Formats: sequence, C-alpha cells, structure tokens
Amino acid sequence: MTAGIDLGMPATQAIRSDEDVVRVRQLVRTTAVAAKLSLVDQTKLVTAASELARNTLIYGGGGAAEVTTIDDGLRRGIRIVFTDQGPGIPDLDLALTDGYTTGGGLGLGLSGARRLVDDFDIRTGVGEGTRVTVTKWSR
Amino acid sequence: MERVPILKIGDILLVSIQVDMSDQTAVQLQEDLAERIVATGSHGVIIDITALDIVDSFVGRMLSAIASISKVLDAETVVVGMRPAVAITLVELGLSLNGIRTALNVERGMELIAAARADEWHEADGDEDAETTATS
Ligand SMILES: Nc1ncnc2c1ncn2[C@@H]1O[C@H](COP(=O)(O)OP(=O)(O)O)[C@@H](O)[C@H]1O
Ligand SMILES: [Mg+2]
Repeated sequence: MTAGIDLGMPATQAIRSDEDVVRVRQLVRTTAVAAKLSLVDQTKLVTAASELARNTLIYGGGGAAEVTTIDDGLRRGIRIVFTDQGPGIPDLDLALTDGYTTGGGLGLGLSGARRLVDDFDIRTGVGEGTRVTVTKWSR
Repeated sequence: MERVPILKIGDILLVSIQVDMSDQTAVQLQEDLAERIVATGSHGVIIDITALDIVDSFVGRMLSAIASISKVLDAETVVVGMRPAVAITLVELGLSLNGIRTALNVERGMELIAAARADEWHEADGDEDAETTATS
C-alpha cells in the first residue's frame, strides 16, 4: 500500500452514470492542480482515473472514487481509491494484459492505468467486488 | 446529454470538441457525423481536439471508429490540435490510434484533406474504373 500521511479529508465521488465518470475526471484534475503535479503528470493521472472509473461503472456495476492528497515528507501525491461491489475479477493477470477485454473495449484500461501511475494496487475476488488504489507523486 | 456541434465549411465538416464528453456524447457524435457526411456529401472531416485535456481509450476508440466510418463513406478524417501532454499519455496508455491522420491545426488539416483528395484523383486516372472513381 501507499506510504505517506493524508492531508485533509478525502473527497468522494459516487460512480453511477456516465456523467459521474466525467465528474471523477474533474475532481482528480482539480486535486492534481492544487497538489502542483506537472501538466504531464496531471494528464496521466486523469487519464488513468477515467479508465478506472469507467471500469467501476461498467464492470463493477457502479461504486465510488475517493481522492486524497497525501504527503510522504518529501513530496506531495494524489491517491485515488476506486471501489465497487461487483462480480470481481476471476483472473487478474489476464485482466492486466494489454488488449484483454470481456466487454468489447480496447483492453487497455487496467494495464494502461498501471503504466500511467507510480503505485498501483488491486484487490479483487469473485463475488467480493474490486478495489483499485493508484497514487501519483509530484516530482 | 450534451451534443457536440458539427459545422459545415465548404466541402468539409468541422467538429470542435469543447466539452469533457461523457461516453454517451462520444457515441452520439460518431452517429451524428456519419449522418452528416452522407447528408452533405462532404469529403473531409476535421476533428479539433485542442480543448481536450485527455484522450482515454474510449475517446481513442471513437476517433478510430470515425476515421474508419468516414473512409467507407468516401471522406477523409484528420484529427488536429492534440496537446503534447495528451500525446505523451496516449503512448504510455498503449493507444496506437491506427489509421488516424493527424495535423497540427485546422489549416494544416484542410491542406492534408485537399492533398489526399488530389492523390486519389491522380491514382484513379490510371485505373480502368477511373470514371466511376472520379465522379463518385
Ligand atoms: N471493476 C471491475 N470489476 C470486474 N471486472 C473488471 C473490473 N475492471 C476491469 N475488469 C475486467 O478486466 C477487463 C479489462 O479491463 P480494461 O483493461 O479496462 O479493458 P476494457 O475496459 O476495454 O475491457 C475487463 O474487460 C473486465 O473483464
Ligand atoms: Mg476499461
């Protein structure tokens, strides 16, 4: 899991519709700007968040994103936790393979999001839902 | 749901995406464009993404789909105005945007479409079915 202390309360955005996915992007952008992430890092984090929020909606049947600004003593970062109570992912290695999709997508959401962030952690089990935690640090 | 407007400028359709599109809005744009290409007989589509601060796999797939659909409908699509940070992120995400022509800005995009059309006519000249190709 991610090291570092939380700065302030997390902001939570429910993910129940297409429009909520847009709201997650906006929330992450605002938080990343405030934490002074570079433009490229903001863009990478918002893109990763967009992919994961869409997965939460489509495969997880909806859920929430929790966005927190953190500090490890040296630098600031943004942590986002996506949770859903959906079916879970039976084969995680397969789901993390570029191009693998069960829904007619491009299969780049999970694998691509993992490349775009600094820390990536996923907890999932069949029938237990899915929880994806990502962190991006300022540099 | 918001809808992205499509402008007709001469022989070209110009789409300037100004909003953070929901997935539904993106799908709607794809359908609207296909209809407008046929209704107007346009041979070129320019999609200006200057205002887009991210392109994720859904929007990337939509751009590829628009390029393929317009090709089938005898129109060229050019995506213009991609921000550097967006380009860097796309590559790391793993999106290849296969089959999509890109240009720096709308003006260059129009030149690219004009050149592509000229090439097609030129090639058609040497073909046996030159007449049908040239007049289509
Ligand atoms: N939150 C989730 N709950 C259940 N399954 C998921 C979840 N997120 C991803 N998956 C599974 O992992 C696969 C790969 O996801 P992703 O890389 O985002 O590609 P895509 O969204 O294009 O299918 C999905 O097709 C789906 O089967
Ligand atoms: Mg996905």
